[in-house]
Amino acid sequence: MHGDMTGLAGDQTLRLRLEALFTDYVHVIDGDQLEDWPEFFTDNGRYRITTRENFERGLPLSVIYCDGQGMMRDRISAMRKANVFDPQTYCHTTSAVQVLGHEDGETQVQSNFTVIRTMNDGAMSVFACGRYLDRISENAGALKFAERIVVIDSRRIDTLLVIPL
Amino acid sequence: MSGGAAMGNDPGFTWPDDDISRVPYQVYTDAEIYAREQENVFQGPTWNFLCLEAELANPGDYKTTYIGEAPIIVTRDEDGGFNGLVNRCAHKGAMVCYTPRGNTRHLTCVYHNWSYDLRGNLAAVAFSKGVGGQGGLAGDFKKAEHGLQRLRIETYRGLIFGSFSNATPAFVDYMGPELLASIDRVLIKPLKVLGYHSQMLPNNWKLYAENTRDSYHASLLHVFHNTFGIVRPNMGGGVQISANGWHHRSYAERVPAGDAEIDKEQVRSLKDQYSLEDPSLMQHVEELGDTVTNSIQTVFPSLVIQQILNALAVRQLVPRGPDRSELFWTILGFEDDDEALLELRLKANNLVGPAGFVSMEDGCAGGLVQRGAAADRLARTVMPMGGRAIEPSVGSRVTEAAVRGFWKGWRECMGI
Repeated sequence: MHGDMTGLAGDQTLRLRLEALFTDYVHVIDGDQLEDWPEFFTDNGRYRITTRENFERGLPLSVIYCDGQGMMRDRISAMRKANVFDPQTYCHTTSAVQVLGHEDGETQVQSNFTVIRTMNDGAMSVFACGRYLDRISENAGALKFAERIVVIDSRRIDTLLVIPL
Repeated sequence: MSGGAAMGNDPGFTWPDDDISRVPYQVYTDAEIYAREQENVFQGPTWNFLCLEAELANPGDYKTTYIGEAPIIVTRDEDGGFNGLVNRCAHKGAMVCYTPRGNTRHLTCVYHNWSYDLRGNLAAVAFSKGVGGQGGLAGDFKKAEHGLQRLRIETYRGLIFGSFSNATPAFVDYMGPELLASIDRVLIKPLKVLGYHSQMLPNNWKLYAENTRDSYHASLLHVFHNTFGIVRPNMGGGVQISANGWHHRSYAERVPAGDAEIDKEQVRSLKDQYSLEDPSLMQHVEELGDTVTNSIQTVFPSLVIQQILNALAVRQLVPRGPDRSELFWTILGFEDDDEALLELRLKANNLVGPAGFVSMEDGCAGGLVQRGAAADRLARTVMPMGGRAIEPSVGSRVTEAAVRGFWKGWRECMGI
């Protein structure tokens, strides 16, 4: 991918493409089109949510850990068919996109996010904020996450976490 | 140290009768009852989990935690001993330690620089002799009388417990032989922390304490559990309850069957042919010498020791007011885990925690009761499943006996 992305024009093109990817990602989640969520990843892509404490101390535990699209689809089907929770929606705000580098055909990017959660009864709260740490590759002309690590700033999760961040 | 049961303020409450299968809703909502619990349950004749020995590997290591509302510091001193100290400066009551963990030689309060050693003894007071011959400590002030309040400490299988009360029996007697053996079964080797998180529960702490003892709900609320064969009503297992009723263990074991049958159960639903596309998170290496898939053990009042497949954890329950509580998860492996077993544990941990396939509902169920209870504090629950007594159960987990045991323990501590 980065072969096309050298120079100022390439850099600006990459930024526009990343912005489009991140925008599409949050609208799929916030718009409850979660069956499409795994498609943002490569087939064997990894998605995990961890806390800043675990991440900075090198502790391997995740709050959610999906190794491959299959586990991501299982997350969504369990949410639809098995898990019990108060109806809720997210509104993501993303910002501060920073390209960290290119390696092995992948681009490393970090960005910030905030998720406001709204419950069925109208209660709203800042549910999570933190950083996305991404490895992004290009497959058949589309950008895909080879890995998306969601590092949430707080170790404390209110009640439960069922919709991906 | 306080003397144990029935010493608190009058909560203006008596249990309506001797029936522990019917719980008045006000115990989940009343501020007076909550305040009395601090003294009589958490600071009463109970052992409260503090942290793991593995988290305090070196002299000078400390970690902060809670027993009920009380902030606690756990330290490892120069001799390797563990100390439990109330995190409250003898001077003005400020929290001495406001960082979650670290390594230090002294515990120094930032407010006026009063400094304690790792055993909680007051070592130095700033300007104790005054300045330029003026001021200084009152002549009758004795440093030896103004240390940090010390807890009793016991360790068992790498777990560190603290107690405020001299009335608490030794930990082995507190648990009894049967439930001690079930701790031995899980914590077989030196432990390693894989990570932490906590879950804020929208309910009184006792609703979660009941939930963990309620083996009746497991296959009903947690559809995932039933669907993928971790716990089904028809699996082997049972409910063990300590002689005094306070502690319990509920477990399920895989009924011996052909491998093909087990494989089928792991990935297929009995209810709606629901299948996992990637069942790798359900792999189970039987590392504890038996076929138990699920073992949930409680230590009254606030600890859960969990084995679900290869997902091992301790969960510490901390009350945060009458209608909120925080559940601290410490996710465990063993020091000698190889990479494959670590990966297995990390995948299996998708089952538990605030985003766990089989435990996220516990965060929601207590909140439903809390909201229901608020409407009528004098009404009562009814828990007749498995009778009215506190009897262990072999084969069946469809019982509320361990929940009734919890209420027996709670009433004994509270003196009501």
